[in-house]
Amino acid sequence: MIRRLFAIAALAWLLAPGAALAVLPDEQLADPALEGRARTLSQGLRCVVCQSENIDESNAELARDMRIRLRELLVAGKSDDEAVGYMVERYGDYVLMKPPFKATTLALWLGPFALLLVGALGIGLYYRRRGPIGAESAPAALSAAERQRLDHLLADDEPPTPPGDREAGR
Amino acid sequence: MTSPDPQASSPARSGGRRWVYFLPLAVLAGLTGLFLFGLGNDPRLLPSQLINRPLPEFALEAPPGRDRPLTSEVLKGDVSLVNIFGSWCVACLQEHPVLRQIAAEGVVRIHGIDWREKNPADGMAWLRRHGDPYDAVGQDPDSKLAIDLGVTGAPETFVVDAQGVVRYKHVGPITQQDWTEKLKPLIADLRKAAQ
Repeated sequence: MIRRLFAIAALAWLLAPGAALAVLPDEQLADPALEGRARTLSQGLRCVVCQSENIDESNAELARDMRIRLRELLVAGKSDDEAVGYMVERYGDYVLMKPPFKATTLALWLGPFALLLVGALGIGLYYRRRGPIGAESAPAALSAAERQRLDHLLADDEPPTPPGDREAGR
Repeated sequence: MTSPDPQASSPARSGGRRWVYFLPLAVLAGLTGLFLFGLGNDPRLLPSQLINRPLPEFALEAPPGRDRPLTSEVLKGDVSLVNIFGSWCVACLQEHPVLRQIAAEGVVRIHGIDWREKNPADGMAWLRRHGDPYDAVGQDPDSKLAIDLGVTGAPETFVVDAQGVVRYKHVGPITQQDWTEKLKPLIADLRKAAQ
């Protein structure tokens, strides 16, 4: 147990700096506020070579060059929107990790909710047609003959559970 | 027995809405179609934002051993190809014989952007080894121009018209077929349109 905990700790120690490795010390800005903005923005920009990573995490050389360019823009006094817009102007909406909400991405944004609605509608329709729950599935009352047969069985036969089982059960 | 209406109305209702049962099938068919369509798309082929826009102004230094720098001015006057390459780029080596052949045909000027060389002399050494199809070569060691052009990798080739406006972007190595079937006719069309 102790050994396993130690292994997990060692693994965490090994992996933790890995996450921050992509941004190298030489590209970081001296101003912590600017550097913070750069980090936040670069987490929202897609690495156009690696596709599923943002440029903050990517070790690709182009991602590094894009991080540096982003910082240059911030140092030059550009706003967050202007800096991101600069990348979008060159690489298209694709460079954004989160697609923008506009006419061409409507299906992407609203599709899941539309499907959920259709599903809910289907379920609603199904239960409306079946009527109130239990209306159809409730067993009909016993007929006189059935009642008589049941009484007979309960009175004459052995108890439903064998004695052996009862011993074991209790 | 207490509520007879669900049973009474349900046959009529289900008869009228039988199509509802085919809805999931239709949705599945639609999604399958969408996915099959997506499967045929190459995710690396990003449409260039520069098409029908002028190349941004730039001035790249020539690599050591070359005297003519590559600037946006050099491009003007005639249709040209602007090719991004690097000595580190394997696909560029694959493309190289086609570029040399294009240069030998003398149909169009080819300009080279020597991209992200670790050592500034590497690009020229590579050209000496494999042949030099370029009219002018500029160096872009830290992707300054590459990012401006929306470049994602090498090789990439822009077809730029006489006014310096980007008309086409080819991603990946130009093959013999790309040249004869796409680029060469496009260059002829651009020249015709300019007259």
